[in-house]
Amino acid sequence: MISLRWLMTALLILAVAATAFGKGDDPFADPEREARFRHIAQELRCLVCQGESILDSNADLAKDMRAKVRELMREGRSDEAIRRYMTERYGDFVLFRPPLKPATWVLWFAPALLGITAVGVALVIARRRSDRHPQVLSPEEHDRLRRLLDDENDQI
Amino acid sequence: MIGELGLFALVLALVLALMQAALPLAGAHRGQRQWMAVARPAAVGQLLMLALSLAALATAFLQNDFSLAYVAENSNTALPWYYRLTAVWGAHEGSLLLWAVVLGSWSVAVAAWSRQLPEIFVARVLGVMGLVSVGFLAFTLLTSNPFERLTPVPAEGRDLNPLLQDPGMIAHPPMLYMGYVGFSVAFAFAIAALLGGRLDAAWARWSRPWTTAAWVFLTLGISIGSWWAYYELGWGGWWFWDPVENASFMPWLTGTALIHSLSVTEKRGAFRGWTVLLAIVTFSLSLLGTFLVRSGVLTSVHSFATDPARGAFILGLLILVVGGSLVLYAWRAPRLAAGGSFGLVSREMALLLNNALLCVAAATVLIGTLYPLALDAFGLGKVSVGPPYFEAVFVPLMLPLLAMMGIGSLVRWKRHAAGPLARTLLPAATATLCAGLASLWWLGEVPPLAALGLALSVWIAWTSVQAVADRVRGRRRRWQALRTTPRSVWGMALAHFGLAVFAAGVTVVSTLDLERDVRLAPGESIEAAGYTWTLQSVRSTEGPNYSAERGEITVNRDGRTVATLYPEERVYRMQSNPMTEAGINAGLFRDFYVALGERRADGSWTVRIQLKPLVRWIWLGTLFMALGGGLAITDPRYRRLTERARLGAEAPA
Amino acid sequence: MKRLLMPLVVFVALAVLLGVGLTLRPGEIPSPLVGRVAPDFTVESLRNPQRSVSLSDLRGEVSVINVWASWCAACEDEHPYVMALADEVPVYGLNYKDERDKAIAWLDRQGDNYTASLYDPDGKVGLEWGVYGVPETYILDAEGVVRKKHIGAITERTLREEILPLVRQLQAEAES
Repeated sequence: MISLRWLMTALLILAVAATAFGKGDDPFADPEREARFRHIAQELRCLVCQGESILDSNADLAKDMRAKVRELMREGRSDEAIRRYMTERYGDFVLFRPPLKPATWVLWFAPALLGITAVGVALVIARRRSDRHPQVLSPEEHDRLRRLLDDENDQI
Repeated sequence: MIGELGLFALVLALVLALMQAALPLAGAHRGQRQWMAVARPAAVGQLLMLALSLAALATAFLQNDFSLAYVAENSNTALPWYYRLTAVWGAHEGSLLLWAVVLGSWSVAVAAWSRQLPEIFVARVLGVMGLVSVGFLAFTLLTSNPFERLTPVPAEGRDLNPLLQDPGMIAHPPMLYMGYVGFSVAFAFAIAALLGGRLDAAWARWSRPWTTAAWVFLTLGISIGSWWAYYELGWGGWWFWDPVENASFMPWLTGTALIHSLSVTEKRGAFRGWTVLLAIVTFSLSLLGTFLVRSGVLTSVHSFATDPARGAFILGLLILVVGGSLVLYAWRAPRLAAGGSFGLVSREMALLLNNALLCVAAATVLIGTLYPLALDAFGLGKVSVGPPYFEAVFVPLMLPLLAMMGIGSLVRWKRHAAGPLARTLLPAATATLCAGLASLWWLGEVPPLAALGLALSVWIAWTSVQAVADRVRGRRRRWQALRTTPRSVWGMALAHFGLAVFAAGVTVVSTLDLERDVRLAPGESIEAAGYTWTLQSVRSTEGPNYSAERGEITVNRDGRTVATLYPEERVYRMQSNPMTEAGINAGLFRDFYVALGERRADGSWTVRIQLKPLVRWIWLGTLFMALGGGLAITDPRYRRLTERARLGAEAPA
Repeated sequence: MKRLLMPLVVFVALAVLLGVGLTLRPGEIPSPLVGRVAPDFTVESLRNPQRSVSLSDLRGEVSVINVWASWCAACEDEHPYVMALADEVPVYGLNYKDERDKAIAWLDRQGDNYTASLYDPDGKVGLEWGVYGVPETYILDAEGVVRKKHIGAITERTLREEILPLVRQLQAEAES
């Protein structure tokens, strides 16, 4: 098992190191077009480098994929169509921005829900605390606190 | 021979760690002073043994002792000696040893600077740290022995990963581990307090400097890593939301929350249960990070070679440490008193919201990092969660946090009437509004979000300066007032100011940077961003263990050369994958950044040219944050307190 | 008390997830091609540049496409099992991002009983098929639908337990 994993790694490295055949990866002369290309390529994941976009990767496969994106752009395909082309071959894994679908609802909505809940809880706690009678420490505790905290109130 | 010595020392360290864990904890439970007294000497002995073990490994690297498998895997005779030394922590086994050494150092630091704390409390703290150490040393010895022999002994080693052959790598892992592992002190304090049944303001004050120290190291470690990635990975990014980066960012977020919550517990006796929980969570996230990096459950550029047995072991460790402490928390925390009351407009409230937002941010990073794993586990397919996701969800969480920060620095404890507070904040708010409008008008096409980012930077910078200035204003002896301002106030102001600098840098570099891929033949020029970039030449050069193509690119403006850059394309002999070494000209207000792509058949090169405005502010800001933290630790009241605590000596619980 | 147990509950869920995670293989990316008709292509034959081979030639019976390259170390390891597989079912070799003479020399050395060898020097077909690392092996049914993609080297065990049973099952389906 270990050696198999090792081999997998080795062959991936080889795939990276193999001589480049990627052609057609020359930048567009039109800056706007190039910017559009960058935007698309930045959000596509290079599959062999695990964690880099195809825009930033030196890997051979990334070069091929860049060339393909440029080719599809020259054919006049829309951003959406180019992304679809890639997902039809590599699956959603190739997208750095996961598509919104039932399986990713939690991913996309959890931060907002958590944020609202957390702020709500904080407000409830604060409300409860502000109503309460201030003397909640036991006399000994209070005394001890006073001794420890006799620095100025506005210290942090 | 040296390998056996190292291994032997490691085994002895484990034995001492066992003693450091078992005897003091049992002694604290049964009130046996002699048992408790073992804690300090055991911690010192353990560190000595670990240091010896690390020294043995370092010696093996320096002597090119390829009879050790770890050395053969990660070094080479052509590797310069300083990289042979840093190769000690260049891969899994050695970095784990470093982890243990760092933990040992923190234990000894606690042992040395806790003379004034109650004996029983120190015994528990060191005992808990010893337990953690036992876990990690067992892990090292059973699954990841760096002293494993290799037969037959190869004549040459496979060399260190070229990415790691870099000065940034000397400092990054030790700093990061100092941070990660440093939170074990706050954790041990929390567990000791739960065991003893008392969590009071004194406890909070004891933990504060330790927590801040760990936070300072983690801040530095993360920023060095980010700086390293910026210049070493060759594409000019400084943060990638890679799982391993996220693993270090999560404890940073909750650690930041912990620092603030500790201040409330210390000053007002409130949020005790929450503070304890945060201390546990922060260290747990450090452990989780270790698991994620070393188990291979997530793929990442940074991950170590993986082995399922190691993953299972760390998971077991994680369950014992985190599960155990959370059970203890659920069992003991109900005894905690609730603490003082406060109004809706008060520093407590501001810090409560700060904590809420920081924890949600950490949870968001956690969800994003583990989501691909979760979907895969449920058989729902594979997805990638990358920078576009994190940027989309993280920024909306950070903006209210930044807004809250400005208020938090100036609002009073307990209760602050809304009217006076509004008057205090009026100048800052005015400046913020002006800054926002000015950046919209002046920079023209910036997105409104960027203007908001800049405005909030001004808001934080202004309020953090005001936090100090307000102490001086209206006093007759201003100099005196400035001098008596506590260091913790200075520290807070500096750290917050650092965040303002950081936020300004991030905003500007992510909206106004220029990045272009161009094709240049030697002698050719291109105009970009008002500069003329000329590829003067590309020559072959030889390094100690690599050969390279070295370009010379000049950047001109108005006929004057403002920068000359030397990007390289390196091929390391042993590992033979091409590496891009960027050519960078750093400046306070902008970096010129170029990287060579590949050579074309016609002799031209693809070159990536980048102009990165204010990118240095990112690291300058984090440096201020770390300095602020460092300043706060030196506040004399932490030393005064310990003396006082001794006077009001505690009875054993 | 219930409130205080919340963190523990969250952690237990997390630990279970991580435990399951240990059994997964993050390096393997499932192919969306599985269950769909394989994309068509026409490429040169490896040994004979004048001859071109199309995917449509493969229809009508169960077939296997094995993606390999002479620079790929793991391909050497799996080659004997690929050859064993070729005794049971037509196996087409897709030579990926390679040089023709090196590839032919490799085949002559390692043994060649591929039904045909296809030549894809610039990885065009590879991209269409979603190849991301060699070796990869696709199993197609008689209708030309991709039924399985095996990523990484075929071993004696995977051949016996995963690939051959599927091939036989597909062949039985095709006959009935």
